[in-house]
Amino acid sequence: MSSPTTPSDAPDLKNPVPRGPIPTIPDEKLRPEVEITINGKSVSIPEGTTLLEAGRKIGVDTPTLCYLENLTPVNVCRICVVELEGSRTLVPACSRKVQPGMVVQTDSERVRHSRRMVLEFLASSVDVSTAPELQSYMEHYEADPARYGPSASPASPSERDDACPGEHSAPDPATAETVHQPTKIDNELYTRDYSKCILCYKCVEACGTDAQNTFAIAVAGRGFDARISTEFNNPLPNSACVYCGNCIGVCPTGALMFKSEHDLRKEDTWNESEQTKTDTICPYCGVGCTLTLHTQENQIVKVTSPLDQQVTNGHLCIKGRFGWQFVQIREASAPSKPTDAQEADT
Amino acid sequence: MDLYFSHSDSTEDERSAVDAILGPADSRWMGGHHSTDLDVRTAATGHTLRAKRHHLLPVLHGIQSRLGWISPGALSYACRRLNVPPAEAYGVASFYALLSTQPRPPTVVHVCDDIACLTRDADEICHTLEATLGPAGTPGSDGQTTWLRSPCLGQCERAPAALLSSAGLHPWEKVLTETTATTIMSNLSSPNGQPTDEPDCFLPSVSAPQAGQSGLRLLKRIGTANPTSLNDYRAHDGYKALEKAFEIGSHQVIQEITHSKLVGRGGAAFPASIKWKAVSEAEGPCYLICNADESEPGTFKDRVIMEGDPFALIEAMTIAGIATSCERGFIYIRGEYPLAIRRLENAIEQTRQAKLLGKDVMGQGVCFDIEIRKGAGAYICGEETALFNSIEGYRGEPRNKPPFPTEAGLFQRPTLVNNVETLVNVPHIILEGGATHASIGTERSTGPKLFCVAGHVKQPGVYEVEFGVTLRKIIELSGGVAGNGNLQAVLLGGAAGAFVTADELDIPLTFEGTRAADATLGSGVVMLFDDTVDMRQILLRIGRFFRDESCGQCVPCRVGTVRQEELLHRLNTGKTLGSPKEELVILGELGQVMRDASICGLGHTASSAIESALKRWDVFGSGKQNP
Repeated sequence: MSSPTTPSDAPDLKNPVPRGPIPTIPDEKLRPEVEITINGKSVSIPEGTTLLEAGRKIGVDTPTLCYLENLTPVNVCRICVVELEGSRTLVPACSRKVQPGMVVQTDSERVRHSRRMVLEFLASSVDVSTAPELQSYMEHYEADPARYGPSASPASPSERDDACPGEHSAPDPATAETVHQPTKIDNELYTRDYSKCILCYKCVEACGTDAQNTFAIAVAGRGFDARISTEFNNPLPNSACVYCGNCIGVCPTGALMFKSEHDLRKEDTWNESEQTKTDTICPYCGVGCTLTLHTQENQIVKVTSPLDQQVTNGHLCIKGRFGWQFVQIREASAPSKPTDAQEADT
Repeated sequence: MDLYFSHSDSTEDERSAVDAILGPADSRWMGGHHSTDLDVRTAATGHTLRAKRHHLLPVLHGIQSRLGWISPGALSYACRRLNVPPAEAYGVASFYALLSTQPRPPTVVHVCDDIACLTRDADEICHTLEATLGPAGTPGSDGQTTWLRSPCLGQCERAPAALLSSAGLHPWEKVLTETTATTIMSNLSSPNGQPTDEPDCFLPSVSAPQAGQSGLRLLKRIGTANPTSLNDYRAHDGYKALEKAFEIGSHQVIQEITHSKLVGRGGAAFPASIKWKAVSEAEGPCYLICNADESEPGTFKDRVIMEGDPFALIEAMTIAGIATSCERGFIYIRGEYPLAIRRLENAIEQTRQAKLLGKDVMGQGVCFDIEIRKGAGAYICGEETALFNSIEGYRGEPRNKPPFPTEAGLFQRPTLVNNVETLVNVPHIILEGGATHASIGTERSTGPKLFCVAGHVKQPGVYEVEFGVTLRKIIELSGGVAGNGNLQAVLLGGAAGAFVTADELDIPLTFEGTRAADATLGSGVVMLFDDTVDMRQILLRIGRFFRDESCGQCVPCRVGTVRQEELLHRLNTGKTLGSPKEELVILGELGQVMRDASICGLGHTASSAIESALKRWDVFGSGKQNP
């Protein structure tokens, strides 16, 4: 496997954020090369790779929202669309496989129009305040979500969860409908603020066959009333959720958030620029998952795992994700010596 | 899969609703009472169990028709039986308009208030029901009845229409046509027992006014042959085409389809022979699907065929299945067509008994059988890849193409999908020869074509003509403009189609002719509106339709249809954000992103009828949209 390139450290908010390396498929060298043209430049790339990968190979950074290297592409956000010669519609770069002779434009007027509209649609219906990547795209594509009118008032709790498919009340011409609703807080570990949900399906994939195989959540409802839900909108403690937190790990907008982060943000003391990230190995079992501890004022405020980490692919379990309180309890109570029992506890 | 099932206890009633579809549970693993020593040591999971997922939608139908809603206990038990994650099953149940995941009274009146019924006072029915039963969706005073507004029920020639459904041990469904609020209420007060064929009976002379005339192909048996009798069908040339197909062989059958230049009649006009050939060359098992999820507002031709000549569809599917080496066929039919479903069930039963379906079709040693799958109120499931997901027990969300259905379709196998009308052309092509069929119509649009004429026309119904006749001729054929006689607009191709003006009646109704006129043939809808019709209401209804029917998967369509409807309401109320002209610019931009970037045809066409109208008329007094 070729060594992954190091992503630059600090994301530049003005420009589309560079992402981690694409995992390489081992037998890439055995696959025949395919010649395609992107923005007038000729690219040679193994058969079976996507237009997104082909573009990145020559430095064309295509924005993505629902795409993540460690998940199966669902191509629902449509922000990665590109213009393919001979195709009536634009095609999603994240999942369209290269074919010999393809001629692709990634920055044509049509492409820019679609991307701008997708961003306007999202920002006019969803709270994107904790989605820096999406905000940087909006700036880049000059999206103006305000032109659809002022946001409608938020839905009452469970109002959106009770929506019936094929029915809706007549729109209020004075406002733009949104998905705004109260945050769901039903457990101690993480919160679900579906006002911020762009319905990218990533959490559903991470909960399902792409990582956890727990299937606690799925998309329910239809159309604009589609939402992420447990069965019958049960609170998480009554659902199949095992609190692995992999849904939080993949959420691109902060809709799913550590309770610790949510509480700090509520107190207005969340300060990302002051935080440090420390990579370590999870102490619980023998798998050896890499943990990235996010600390603020010497307190762990959340835990992630690098996407390109071969053991985890970015996914963790409940212990690695949430089981770090003992670190701080030990420090706070400062016992005379570390107890072996804690370290041996798996 | 190690699934977690919620603790919702299921009642005897809930379990029996599921068991009625799946049979009794054979062990406690499956939620049954019966337990053996073996149960302690074995677990029933794995691929065999997961492969049952395609029973999910039939099971949900079973629960809905027994209990009137999908209760947590019933869903939990169904999930245990099928090894489906409850959250996913809930996602499926909450996708369909005919299923309810909240308690709902057993009897529901679905009143069609779509564009055809709107021209026939559907709104009055809704107002009366609102006054007697309360607001839509709320239980009436007795708690036993509720009513809902429904998108097009496909009964446009007999508008206004309503679908009554009653849940319970003996569930029943009834379609009321040319109905009134009084008729609906009287049907509600005496709903005892099974419905007879009477109330929603099929009257050939009403639905296909040409019935009995000579020279018809697709409609030739309608009104002349008994649709419930296989013998009568055979007495009217039935199964002659299958005999001939066996005589000439599969290769030649596909050759004839190629020569006929038959293209799909569902709206996309894709050459049938390309799909047939691809599937016949693919490695099996392959599947054949008849797309009978006819939900395009204003379309009812497939219903008329299925109600009036169901054996023709069965024979056509048998020819298609055998020619392309598919051993299993599915008819995916919309749930709002109870009579068509009954007629097809009867037809399948009779043909099976006569060994025209089954393991040894016509004694030729080939296997082909057909299964009916009922939709549950989702326009999007007429999109072929959404249809696959729906059959497989997933949400009816379209898949990305490629891969195309002929490579990876139903259950990821090569699949041939054809519309009802496309298929019923097949027996004629086989009998007459592809070349003869190709000589009918124009160079690029060949064969006979069915048109669904409705709205302000003297004799609405399904009309069969040869491709090439003009819109004017179709209107003449159906007796001319009704209403006040002053034609204002004609909608071609349904809600996903385009409006044309009274000055454009010389458009030849061919695929190329309508395209040249910046319109579309779509599914063959020809809906007339006289000049008393408030076009604003028609456009608002179309805007509402797409907002309701978008599956919600991709952003351009999910939010675009909402913004489009809001914008139409702004234009209608005059409360525009910028100048009306600016609003029209935004509307054009909404349309473009939906056309360019949506996953499927629903998004691609969600703005086409609205934009076609605004380009032709100043509907909202805001000026016309630039063409």
